[in-house]
Amino acid sequence: MAIPEHRDADISSGSAEQFVIELCGVSRSFGGPGALERLGLGRGSPVIHAVRDVSFGLRQGEVLGIVGESGCGKSTLARMVAGILKPTAGEIRWHGKPLSSLRGREGKAARLKAQMVFQNPWSAMNPRLRAAEIVAEAPRIHGLIPRGEQDAYVAHHFLLAGLDPALGDRYPHQLSGGQRQRLVIARALAVVPEMLVCDEAVAALDVSIQAQILNMLMDLREKLDLTSMFISHDLGVIEHLSDRVVVMYLGRVVENAEVAELFERPNHPYTRALLEELPRIDGERRPFAAIEGELPSPLNPPPGCAFHPRCPFAMERCRREAPALLPVASGHLSACHLNDMA
Amino acid sequence: MHTAPAAARLVPVLTVEDLTTVFPTPRGLVKAVDGLSFSVGAGRVMGLVGESGSGKSVTGYSIMGLVEPPGHIAGGRILFAGRDLVRQSRTEMRSLRGRAIAMIFQDPAMTLNPVLRISTQMVEAIRAHEKIPRAEAWKRSRDALGLVGIPSPDERMSAYPHEFSGGMRQRVAIAIALLHRPSLIIADEPTTALDVTIQSQILARMQLLMKQYDMAMIWISHDLSVVSRLCDDIAVMYAGRLVETGLADRVIAHPRHPYTRGLIDSLPSRARRGERLRQIEGMMPEPLDLPEGCVFSNRCPRADAACRANPVMSVSTYGAWQWRCVHPLNEGPVHGHS
Repeated sequence: MAIPEHRDADISSGSAEQFVIELCGVSRSFGGPGALERLGLGRGSPVIHAVRDVSFGLRQGEVLGIVGESGCGKSTLARMVAGILKPTAGEIRWHGKPLSSLRGREGKAARLKAQMVFQNPWSAMNPRLRAAEIVAEAPRIHGLIPRGEQDAYVAHHFLLAGLDPALGDRYPHQLSGGQRQRLVIARALAVVPEMLVCDEAVAALDVSIQAQILNMLMDLREKLDLTSMFISHDLGVIEHLSDRVVVMYLGRVVENAEVAELFERPNHPYTRALLEELPRIDGERRPFAAIEGELPSPLNPPPGCAFHPRCPFAMERCRREAPALLPVASGHLSACHLNDMA
Repeated sequence: MHTAPAAARLVPVLTVEDLTTVFPTPRGLVKAVDGLSFSVGAGRVMGLVGESGSGKSVTGYSIMGLVEPPGHIAGGRILFAGRDLVRQSRTEMRSLRGRAIAMIFQDPAMTLNPVLRISTQMVEAIRAHEKIPRAEAWKRSRDALGLVGIPSPDERMSAYPHEFSGGMRQRVAIAIALLHRPSLIIADEPTTALDVTIQSQILARMQLLMKQYDMAMIWISHDLSVVSRLCDDIAVMYAGRLVETGLADRVIAHPRHPYTRGLIDSLPSRARRGERLRQIEGMMPEPLDLPEGCVFSNRCPRADAACRANPVMSVSTYGAWQWRCVHPLNEGPVHGHS
């Protein structure tokens, strides 16, 4: 049986230092004047800057964790990386080439190489298709399945995701929650991606099932050398899976560091507040010491540093001027005016 | 489990004895809760922990008298304020609900009417149980909003539920639950859907209020890390049965039941970064297809013929700590095992 290799030699040429995917000043806004409004008719909808000026890169085999609360733009970012949404400003480069410049076959291939795994398998799958067809559909359309080998191809990808190929006849509603999430992952793997973008992929699962899926994702990474972006609100999951972590707040990156560095030496006050809530059980009754205030609305973001209304260290400058993301240590970026004081 | 339950160090506010709640289905009778016993003391928080299908929410609904027919309580007693709730009439239950026992749901939309102002809903909730003037009810409602940490409660009283953020909406639901100073609050995953910093704010507030008013609370949750910080006592459920109960910090530090241990070990923070997590193999059995004997035996690494042969009915006791297991884990801290 000919199963295509998960690394595509003709795309992934270049040095080890080269990024698989690189975001350069990427922004995405929604709303604003539509066609009618531009003619002076109607008022248009307010503009939401969901993601603002985000830059980072992922190397081959790296797992990048993105953490943040509601409205921080993490899901919008995931959709842009997976090629589902286009940025309104900035550029996404796939192996050094701007995604927007890739057309035709090349563009299609690049989009296929970054696959998305969604949180809710119910809304991500056609409930009227059987499991085997859900996995087979996309690779067949893209001509990835050698003639007459569909069953073997599907079985191979079922096994990769830890599913019994005998479940191929079932409909999604006949599977358990864990099996459905594995099916979504099998479907993503079936088009031989280089990169997985997992948006809260284990958030809805029970802890014992979540542990099984996390173990499977770690195995897959070893087996297939997959690059991945893992989005979660659960710091425990992020800490466990990621090589590097990006912390977002209201559309902007506030901190970016390797996982050990971030968890041992968090720089940004928001990161420090988040780490206080790291889910762990150490037998001690830790009090809940929450940071004050609500998450601001992305429709009406505070001026200056978006975190200043909740920040215990906010100064006059924080209210006026948004801090830039600057290095505080080797490979460790943080966006906070406090770093200028030291 | 007929011995004195773990939480009963103070006079229990609520004692559940041998509770069995069933749902008839075309394929057979599902025992969603099977022979459950526990109690909750005043000023104490009992964490009722389990995964989906463990029966933890049905337990909450059973206490509230809110089990949807054809489901019903098939056996056992629920003792509260000198009465057995299982034998109360609908009218009697209605006068208790919201007054003496209140429930907070995961989704505040279940508690709040979307087309009525908060003030209308709160005043109504008070006057349903107490005939006091509207103005007085309004004042008491506003004070309740302030108590749960809603800024400028006077103005917020006239807002509609959609004008609040998710976290603020949950605070409103909590304020409504607190209106009558109930002696028991049942909280069914009330902070699961909230962002971590907001969850922490609400938990801090809850903790304070519990102590201040000496209320008893049942905190239903799948999140052991929250339970370990919030709860005094813990009861772990699996497939409708209680598998382990005791003081929360002791049970979490040295679990005796292999399922409790498995749940704790499944948390990413229990393993070293990047290491494989110690997972529980398999999944929860179908409610109509439970294994013989111990319900956890088909997933348990310690299970042998003794677990499957005779139904495990006995409970070993060590002080107020109880577990339902033939081969309990016994020594050493959780971190120490290989």
